Amino acid sequence: MFASGAVTVSGSMTVKLACRGLSAYFGQLRALHDINLDIATNSVTAVIGPSGCGKSTLVRCFNRMHEVVGGARVEGQVLLDGEDVYGPGVDAPAVRRRIGMVFQRPTPFPTMTIEENVVAGLSLDGNRLSRTAKERVVERGLRQAALWDEVKDQLGKPGTSLSGGQQQRLCIARALAVEPEVLLLDEPCSQLDPISTARIEELLSELAADYTIVLVTHNMQQAARASNFTAFLLGGKLVEFGETNQIFTNPACRETEDYVTGRFG
Amino acid sequence: MAGWLFFLAMDLACGLFLLVVGGIFLELLAGSWPSIRAFGLSFLWTSAWDPVAGKFGALPFIYGTLVSSLVAIALAAGVGLLAAIYLAEFAPGWLGAPLGLLIELLAAVPSVVYGLWGLFVLSPIVRSQIGPFLQATLGFLPLFSGPIYGVGMLTAILILVLMIVPTVVAVSRDVLLAVPDIQRESMLALGATRWEVTRRVVLPAARGGIFGACVLALGRAVGETIATTMVIGNRPVISASLFAPGYTLASVIANEFTEATTTVYLGALTELGLLLFVLSLIVNGLARVLLRALSGGLRQA
Ligand SMILES: Nc1ncnc2c1ncn2[C@@H]1O[C@H](COP(=O)(O)OP(=O)(O)OP(=O)(O)O)[C@@H](O)[C@H]1O
Ligand SMILES: [Mg+2]
Repeated sequence: MFASGAVTVSGSMTVKLACRGLSAYFGQLRALHDINLDIATNSVTAVIGPSGCGKSTLVRCFNRMHEVVGGARVEGQVLLDGEDVYGPGVDAPAVRRRIGMVFQRPTPFPTMTIEENVVAGLSLDGNRLSRTAKERVVERGLRQAALWDEVKDQLGKPGTSLSGGQQQRLCIARALAVEPEVLLLDEPCSQLDPISTARIEELLSELAADYTIVLVTHNMQQAARASNFTAFLLGGKLVEFGETNQIFTNPACRETEDYVTGRFG
Repeated sequence: MAGWLFFLAMDLACGLFLLVVGGIFLELLAGSWPSIRAFGLSFLWTSAWDPVAGKFGALPFIYGTLVSSLVAIALAAGVGLLAAIYLAEFAPGWLGAPLGLLIELLAAVPSVVYGLWGLFVLSPIVRSQIGPFLQATLGFLPLFSGPIYGVGMLTAILILVLMIVPTVVAVSRDVLLAVPDIQRESMLALGATRWEVTRRVVLPAARGGIFGACVLALGRAVGETIATTMVIGNRPVISASLFAPGYTLASVIANEFTEATTTVYLGALTELGLLLFVLSLIVNGLARVLLRALSGGLRQA
């Protein structure tokens, strides 16, 4: 069924991020096999699949975080607005500023206040922010992450003094403050309670208006609720990709059906 | 459960520890009583040291100990921290592991070996190379004026640096490596370079531990006896020049204890021991206060 090679999103949408023949290795272990995938601008794309199938590896290839691990390497292309992020002369930090990332566990920097956490990625490159510019960025980031009202009176407290759900939203605010174009979230809710989870899902649909979002999740309901497109990975291969609705109600592949109906995984 | 037993054992251990420290202090105090009675507080700021005339003052030894160990830790902290950062954050694995092992081995070399090396190898180099070079470039400073003997304060400082750098490196490197990788990845994912990650995430998180490494190393420098004794020149004088010989509390105790024949002489030496003991406590306490002030409002979990 993938005779034409690349799996494309429906015609009217523009492609923000795409991979072509993407394979990823950890030393001898091949974690991804020849993935072709298009991610639409201003959409939420869910990546699902059983544990160890390569979901994290896939999104880490998008922002060049895969190569941070010793012995890891990538083959193929990841195109951001049509340009290969692995192309010659492309600087990994610059790619990461355009493609932000939120990890599975909340990771506020323990030595920084809430405010310092939000601007942590900004004052890099040696540019110093003025006091007012900083305040503006902090407020905008925290509002976008739906955290402002809860923390506006305690910006000087350590980031680690917040609850798990708040910390995760702080990490989202921190990623957004850099003004990326794409936001990768690797199981951002797996350690959170249902209320915090609902909060973040709501947030993602709002953020999709301005950002292109890739959401890795273990949770089928979450993928069904929060995403426009869904990619199903199995054993490092892309089994099926399409509109979320279709994947969950009328999957083309037997494996997909088994997985989304909970028969394995 | 025998939980209470465990706590009792802990209490006992702590109590025993306090008892030992307190005991040492009292023993030293009692031993130095003849000297305390004879010289009073002026012992601390007189610099005569004349066993024949029965005149004793501790100032040159206090000066020698403080100058040699403080200058040594200042140099060792800078060099050691850079090396630790390189080993923990930048060195490739095949290089970092063996280098780290080598440095840990250096920390275990007995100090008498450093002393011998200092006497036979380093001090001639100081006399013929390092000293003249410093004098030619920075000779306008009183620190680098006067005749260069080879044995003296500078050689002692260099030997101390050599001895405590491995401690600074080994402990700091472990502290840096203990910072979770996820913290580094979080900063990298924001578009930071490796150096920015080190400076803004890893070093702040490791600050307390690095400081601890330096205090540990300083403690070693303050108490170091044999290596210093072999290269410092052992003359109870206070000189602005680092080329001049000096003397430390630990060295004079080691050198003269067997010769101390009169009660006052023995008392004076014991009082130097007491001063060394108190000095170590003060240095440690000050370091802790400084650390608290440095870390400001933010406490690490
Ligand atoms: N640092 C690593 N070193 C070596 N192999 C790794 C490493 N990280 C992941 N792998 C391997 O790569 C494969 C894909 O892992 P990945 O973390 O991408 O899976 P995942 O789908 O995200 O799983 P999970 O749902 O459990 O997070 C697995 O077989 C895993 O064992
Ligand atoms: Mg994963």
